[in-house]
Amino acid sequence: MTRNEFVGFGEVVSGASDFVAKCLGRGAPMSARSIRGKVAIAGIGESTYYKHGQSPDAELVLLLQAILRAAEDAGIEPHEIDGFASYSNDRNDPSRIAAALGIPDLRFSNMHWGGGGGGVAAAVANGAAAVAEGYADCVVVFRALAQGQFRRFGQGAPDPTVSGDAAYMSPYGVMSPSQKYAMRATRFMHDYGVHRDVLKAIAMTSYQHAQNNPRAVMHGRPLDAETYDDSRWIVEPVNRLFDCCQENDGAAALILVSAERAKDLKQKPVYLLGAAQGSDHRCGAPVMNASNFRSSSFATVAPRLYQTAGVTAADIDVLQSYENFTTGVMMAVVEHGFCAPEECNEFFTLENLAAPDGKMPLNTSGGNLAECYMHGLGLQLEAVRQLRGQSCNQVEGAKLAMNIAGPMVTPVSSLIMGSEETL
Amino acid sequence: MSETYLPAGMPAPVPSADGLDVPYWEGTRRGELWVQQCGSCGNWQWGPEWLCHKCTSFEIKWVQVEGSGVIYSWERPWHPVHPALKGRGAYTVVLVELPQAGNIRMIGNLLGPDDQEVVIGGEVEAVFEAHDDADTPYTLVQWRPKT
Repeated sequence: MTRNEFVGFGEVVSGASDFVAKCLGRGAPMSARSIRGKVAIAGIGESTYYKHGQSPDAELVLLLQAILRAAEDAGIEPHEIDGFASYSNDRNDPSRIAAALGIPDLRFSNMHWGGGGGGVAAAVANGAAAVAEGYADCVVVFRALAQGQFRRFGQGAPDPTVSGDAAYMSPYGVMSPSQKYAMRATRFMHDYGVHRDVLKAIAMTSYQHAQNNPRAVMHGRPLDAETYDDSRWIVEPVNRLFDCCQENDGAAALILVSAERAKDLKQKPVYLLGAAQGSDHRCGAPVMNASNFRSSSFATVAPRLYQTAGVTAADIDVLQSYENFTTGVMMAVVEHGFCAPEECNEFFTLENLAAPDGKMPLNTSGGNLAECYMHGLGLQLEAVRQLRGQSCNQVEGAKLAMNIAGPMVTPVSSLIMGSEETL
Repeated sequence: MSETYLPAGMPAPVPSADGLDVPYWEGTRRGELWVQQCGSCGNWQWGPEWLCHKCTSFEIKWVQVEGSGVIYSWERPWHPVHPALKGRGAYTVVLVELPQAGNIRMIGNLLGPDDQEVVIGGEVEAVFEAHDDADTPYTLVQWRPKT
């Protein structure tokens, strides 16, 4: 393919109707090789969530707590676990965890490449693929982060010299994720005339939901419009303080088993309907030279997700979309076809996004902004709660939930879960 | 002591150990802007790569180009994430497209007042900012509005 064709592909975002049509999968029947309905999420668990540096327990302890709670939630013995999948170079490797838990037969260990939270849906998908194909029977997907005990993401690396991609960014003061991804959002908002009220609505939605969630670090700390407007710039003109995720100490885990097995377990099964990962043309090109730059990296991923799940954006009842920054949520939701880029100002309002009655309830646990920055895995757990009917901000009758992982990085991933009646 | 846009103590760039981008950094020391163009199909590319992403030829040439461009995007970080930036205050970063080289993009600071208005599409020209006092001297390519 020529570069021109790929530049044209970037234009997909501006051609709203074409883009939505692509997401809706018209003319693209569901793939016969879909994972749809073969694997279920049977258990979820998390540690207590803390502000960074406030966990009294070591990171591995938080993780073991989360795994044991997920096993209890599912109603399985911890020794039945035989596989692990994670992402973002999690420090806790499966052999160490398996030894600690006394697992007799470790059958699957998987790390999904890529930094940030772009891999959380892919880690679920990787674990599910192992279950579907019989490499393992009971796979834990996990993430543990005690940022108070290790280097924080939001600080520049202390190295006195830099080479490679960093040599073209760090000396100019472009080091943190907030600084690296603001450039994409600035151009997107400029081109489509997006108002900052969109970002405020996304932030306030998460904080509003967190007020009903006792697990949330920001429970009891509501955010009003004035406080948002008065908050300091982190990176102008897109990221104020409340547009940026927290940094926390905590751990989360979920347990995947076959659809048949899930029927005999404690909880109402939640099925994986489809998942996709990746990124489009030269997304990772150095020095911000991605062909489709004003993007959250989902331009090719989202259409594949709908194709494999066999559903459309219009079918989704509740949406969990990873907030590294509110701008990432905005662009990822657009690229998954929920609204055209030109419609952002009308679509992203607190009224539309708030559970239980909003048109598209978003981040109903409080998410990375206000529940806990669990690198997006907390949002996966929340989607499971919604489909079980156990959320603190329950969307009545929710049957289809979408999870979008860490926007703007590469590779990114997203998935769709469904209750039994959607199979 | 030369005047620099950001304070001393920022991370210093060094060419990658495999030698991929040595011509760029050597060029900046001479006040020249060198980028990559494919010797087989003529495709421009940045950052530096070992082969052409369009035709996969390894016949990559280094070509000197005019130091001018157009602002594609911008940002103004306020929160300091590096010790050297504490007390500096907000600074401006621009992502610049080079129309004379296939619209490849480069990052630099936009020299001038810290609160200046930044216009996407605005024309800028390169300024070579020497850091002669560094352990290994280097030069950064910065940008200023074209007058």
